[in-house]
Amino acid sequence: MTSNAERPKGTRVRVVPGGPVLVEGPVEVVLDDGSTVTSDRFLVALCACRRSRAFPFCDTSHRRRVRSGAPDDKERPAAD
Amino acid sequence: MTVQQAATRGPAARAAVPVPPGARGPLSRAVVETLTGGPPGPSDALGAVASADPYGEDLQLALHTCFELHYRGFAGVDPDREWDPDLLRLRGAMEAVFLDALRRDADLRDPSDVDGALDELLVEPVDGHGVTHHLQDEGERWHLLEHAAHRSVYHLKEADPHAWVVPRLRGRAKTALVAVQHDEFGGGRPEMIHQGLYADLLDDLGLDASYGGYVDAAPAVTLATVNMMSMFGLRRSLRGALVGHFAAAEITTAPSARRMARALERLGGGPRALRFYTEHIEADAVHEQVLRYDVIGGLLADEPDLAPDVVLGIRATNLLEDRLAGHLLGCWRADRTSLRRPLPGTVGR
Ligand SMILES: [Fe+2]
Ligand SMILES: [Fe+2]
Repeated sequence: MTSNAERPKGTRVRVVPGGPVLVEGPVEVVLDDGSTVTSDRFLVALCACRRSRAFPFCDTSHRRRVRSGAPDDKERPAAD
Repeated sequence: MTVQQAATRGPAARAAVPVPPGARGPLSRAVVETLTGGPPGPSDALGAVASADPYGEDLQLALHTCFELHYRGFAGVDPDREWDPDLLRLRGAMEAVFLDALRRDADLRDPSDVDGALDELLVEPVDGHGVTHHLQDEGERWHLLEHAAHRSVYHLKEADPHAWVVPRLRGRAKTALVAVQHDEFGGGRPEMIHQGLYADLLDDLGLDASYGGYVDAAPAVTLATVNMMSMFGLRRSLRGALVGHFAAAEITTAPSARRMARALERLGGGPRALRFYTEHIEADAVHEQVLRYDVIGGLLADEPDLAPDVVLGIRATNLLEDRLAGHLLGCWRADRTSLRRPLPGTVGR
């Protein structure tokens, strides 16, 4: 996921404002207790808000929450 | 599309080619009869298109059947029917009616505001009342099974409609879209292809896992969601709409997938059913970022004039998903099947 034509000089990381930290995979993440979890996705979204129920991986829990019935409470597919 | 009972489970079912569906009116009858060698050509049906309901059973099934020729085709139908000029003419006329309706009914008040349209999707209701909320919190098992049958029309060909856009993109947008598709198609591991994970889910729930197995049971409101993708994917002129649709889908799926995983746990889904949705919680959290920043960002850097098409793709997805949700919840609240015919043994209560 390059955002310019130059070849990356190291592992490319993107910090999404208000969202996860995107790291090129595969990664091994060392947790507070010294245990490790791995992900071999081409891009890994690491949770930066600590709210993820899939921590250390992002599960979109950082999203702004709104009252239901608000105009942006919409129906959506559940996978893609 | 009915398939032999013996072939509804296992690898044979997944490889099976569907038979043409049962017609629902003059347009779908003309298409099916053309495919099966019947006498009246589709040119007779052309005159009926303009007055057809763009969201109706007949037009949506006729479109779905025409599009299917570009996917797996039908048993006993010459594969070259894909390029039958009469069928293409009829399909083009039906697509125009459908596309006009989407442009008319989708919310296009800010037709070039891609960021605004995406930002609206990036919020979560505190106590939502959509289909996945219903299934998570209070739905019955037969609701879950009906939901699985509706969604099988797409998920058994998951990501296929988006593959057609690849040659229409370049550079950053193309690289990024193919990276997401690589995940959708299993990341190099056939056992992880999302279409196959969905067939596993159907198997796990005791449903028919054969490709196209629930098309005859699926109402127009379901077929329309898939026809939209096929139309956006097949028409280069709508590449912006395809990308917008894809982004809208990826953005909204991770939280819904979490609710579906809970629904399956609550209603007795096994590990093979859960796997499809747990995979999508994390996968789509990544896909949404890639779609937004690299696919849409890259496409609009190359072709800024496509912004209104991207918005159309996002808003048309919202429109058709809301229609489907209204149908499902309306039927279930009335204790009525949401399918054209109920699943065996699950007729309401
Ligand atoms: Fe997927
Ligand atoms: Fe995805």
